Formats: sequence, structure tokens, C-alpha cells
Amino acid sequence: MSKEYEAEGSSDAKKIPRRVEFVKDRTAARVRQEETETVMTVPNLVVREIIAFMILVIVLSLLSLFFNAPLEWEANPQHTPNPAKAPWYFLGLQELLHYFPPIVAGVILPMLVVLALVAIPYFNVNLKQEGMWKQHRPQTLVVALITIGAMCIVLLIFDVYAMLVPTLVMTVLMLIPYFVHSEKGFIGWLGTRPVQWWIMTWFVLIVVVLTAIGTLFRGPEWSWTWPWEHIY
Amino acid sequence: MEKNKTLGRLFTSRVWRSVFRHGLPISNRARAESVFYNFFLHVHPVKVRKRSLKITYTWALGGLTAGLFIILTLTGALLMLYYRPSVSEAYADMKDLQFVVSSGLFLRNMHRWSAHAMVAVAFLHMLRVFYTGSYKPPKEFNWVVGVILLVLTILLSYTGYLLPWDQLAFWGISVGTNMARAVPFGIGDKMSYLLLGGNIVGENALVRFYVLHCFILPIATMVLMGVHFWRVRKDGGV
Ligand code: HEM
Repeated sequence: MSKEYEAEGSSDAKKIPRRVEFVKDRTAARVRQEETETVMTVPNLVVREIIAFMILVIVLSLLSLFFNAPLEWEANPQHTPNPAKAPWYFLGLQELLHYFPPIVAGVILPMLVVLALVAIPYFNVNLKQEGMWKQHRPQTLVVALITIGAMCIVLLIFDVYAMLVPTLVMTVLMLIPYFVHSEKGFIGWLGTRPVQWWIMTWFVLIVVVLTAIGTLFRGPEWSWTWPWEHIY
Repeated sequence: MEKNKTLGRLFTSRVWRSVFRHGLPISNRARAESVFYNFFLHVHPVKVRKRSLKITYTWALGGLTAGLFIILTLTGALLMLYYRPSVSEAYADMKDLQFVVSSGLFLRNMHRWSAHAMVAVAFLHMLRVFYTGSYKPPKEFNWVVGVILLVLTILLSYTGYLLPWDQLAFWGISVGTNMARAVPFGIGDKMSYLLLGGNIVGENALVRFYVLHCFILPIATMVLMGVHFWRVRKDGGV
């Protein structure tokens, strides 16, 4: 934040370059003031770090005492387990593989996710984090409904109910504050959520649902199986 | 009283003062000095914002991710003493760790659960950074460094997954590398060939995953973690 100026270009070593200040609207004076309350790192932060690390070690030690890491039979390329599952953090993707062609599920979608994550800070959309329905309400509604509608059609074509249902749930939640005017309670809180909040929360919900289905609810031939029906 | 005198003598002795140049952190001056005269503490600024100490702000998630990395490095180094990355030995070494090596089972459990936890906790840390809006200028680039760290964390976990050489390992990796084969224009096949050192998950794949898991990826992660922490400070702190 300290480099909010541009120095005048000059080759004269003796002349002090003139600084041209740029004051952007996000550098609100109020924000600066909030930031000034500080405390000493030793002991405040360091003691907290040590405590957090100790709790971490204790929790993991207890886990490791009571639960053993899995170890199955020795690897056998001749004997394919059914289903063969990737580690849990890839099971969301493996679940997608069930609906979309491999190039979409295995390549395009993961690449899009990583690219989207990298791009987040460069969008500069709504830096003030205003509620989604604060301004341009009708336009926002039209754009949102067209985008979500198009996505839902694609999901319907490929029968991806595992993504369709969470998408519809999020859409309903998003629309409630548009129609119900309330400043208080849950609806009021929903109304203050900015557009980036809705997108990220939708993404997280999809990731959690797909990963949970892939991990807990998929059995032989990737068919729907209840967790208590198999010993995976 | 007697003890305090001994301790006092220790803290003022020449040897002690050669290690810690500052006194006990009882004055603000000594507290400041204990940060900037200490190699390990000087990742921190002398003072931090009160806001950043509130547990409901960071949930300590970045620190816990780093803590998990430390635990994984220590338990991993001990596991390396007993593990040989070859198709004929790897599985037997896992069995030895389970049944023969003292505390071997505990060591392996600790490494396994910490690895799973690190993927989850790094993801949660990303969510905290997102929901507090901490990716905004001037922190954009540190967010990108974070995304790379998340990818590295997943790759570390994934390469480690093959090493036990059991059915879970073999087929988990086979499924994953088959997904990579879907990259078009023959690039996917080339990539998977490079990673596996062949067309199937075999001896070469085990060695490659071992080198990635125990050397290349940890070094890359450590370097980027250094950049990440340094940028947290340069970008104005949490
Ligand atoms: C190996 C994985 C990672 C480690 C060890 C790590 C560690 C840390 C630590 C210790 C902090 C200080 C504040 C805190 O504890 O919350 C921090 C802040 C930060 N991290 Fe990470 N991080 C990792 C992954 C990520 C990821 C995946 C992202 C985002 C995609 C990210 C983005 C950031 C940003 C933008 C900050 C500055 C936050 C602020 O100023 O409030 N990091 N990280």
C-alpha cells in the first residue's frame, strides 16, 4: 500500500524525482485507521503459534494411535479392484468422469478450475464487496438467470444431477433476498453477500458434494451404493 | 530463589549471550530484538495487527498447513530409513514398518493422516483467504503463489500414495494417470510416459514417484513457502 505513487522519470541524479500521488477510492482513510492497532509479536503471536502447533501434534498423535493407515494386499496389475478409486481429493473429478467425456472431466474442467483460481485477484470486480442486489438489480437478475439457465441445460443434457441440485439450491438462496426485502436475520445476511461470494460458495458446495458422492456412494461399476453396503 | 540465581547467571553468561544477543523478552525493546535477532522468528514483523491474532479471522489455517508440512518432513525422513522404492521390497518394507519396526505403525499413521490433513487444511486456508477478501491488491501475487502451493500439496500427497505399493496405491495411481492421458494431440500419452517412465505403473514409476515425493516436490514446496511468507510481510501483513 505504500507504493501508491508514481515517480517522475529523470536521468538527473541530483534532482529528487517528483512524486505524483494517486488516491484510489479503495484507499479509504477508515481502512488505514483500523489497521494501526498492533501488538508485539513476542509473546502474542509466537505463543499462539506454539500452542496451535502443540494442539496439532496432540490431535494427530491421538488419531494415529487409534486409527491405522490402510494397507491392502500387495499391488497386482492382473487384479483390478471394482471400483478402482483415486485418492479422495480426486474423487470429485472421477465422479465427473462418470458424466462427461474424459477430455472434459479429466483435462478441461480441472484446468479451468486452476485458471479461475489464479485469475480471482485480477478480476477486480466489486472490490468493495457490495451485496449482489445492491445496484443494477434488474440487469443483474437477467445476467444471473441466463448464465445459470445455460449451465443447468448443459447439466441436464449430461444428466449431472449431482451438480444440478446444488446449483438450484444456491440459485434459490441467491434469489431470496431479491424478492424478500429484509435487513435482518438470515435473509438480510444473504442480501449482503457479494457476487464473488455466491460463485465461490457454489463452487465449494459442488466440490464437497461430488467428492462425497465419489468417496462414499460409489460401488462396483461406479453404481450408486450406500456406504453401509460395502467395506470401502 | 537459588534457582533464579542460577538461571540469572546462565542468561548473563558469555555463551548464552553469544547465541541470544538480547535479554529475556520482558521489555518491549528485548521483545523486538528477540524477533529481529532470531533467524527463525524474523519471518515475522516485530509487531502484528491485533486483528490478525483473532482466531476467527485466520483460524490459524496457514500456520497449521506449515505445521503439517514440518510434521510430514520429520515423519517422512524417519520412514525413509526403512523404505526402499523397488517393486520387490516396497510392500515388504511397509509390512515391516507395521509389524517389526518400533513405533513404525505410529510413524506411518502420523505421516498418512498428516498428509490427508494438509490437503484439506490448505484448501480451507484458501477459503479463509477468499472469504476475508485477502487476495485483493497488493496481495494478488501471493494468492497465485498460494494456488501453486495447493497444487504442490496435492501432488506431494498423490506421489506418496503410490509408495506403499499395495492395491490401493497401484490402482489409485493408475486411475489418476489414465485421466491425464485424455489430454489431446498425444500430449497426454507423452506426459504420462514421462511421469511413469513407461506405459504402465511399474518399477520406473515407483522410482520416479519416490524422487518426486521425497526430493523435488518438497524442495519446490519449501522454496515457495519461503516466498509465500516473505510476501505476506512485503504485502503489508495479515
Ligand atoms: C502449502 C500451503 C500453504 C501454506 C503453508 C500457507 C501459509 C500461509 C500463512 C502462514 C499465512 C499467514 C496468515 C494465515 O495463517 O492465514 C498465509 C497467508 C496467505 N495465504 Fe497462504 N499458505 C498456503 C497455501 C495458500 C493457498 C492455497 C492460497 C490461496 C490460493 C494462499 C493464499 C494466501 C494469501 C493471499 C495470504 C495473505 C492473507 C492475508 O494477508 O490475510 N495460501 N499463508
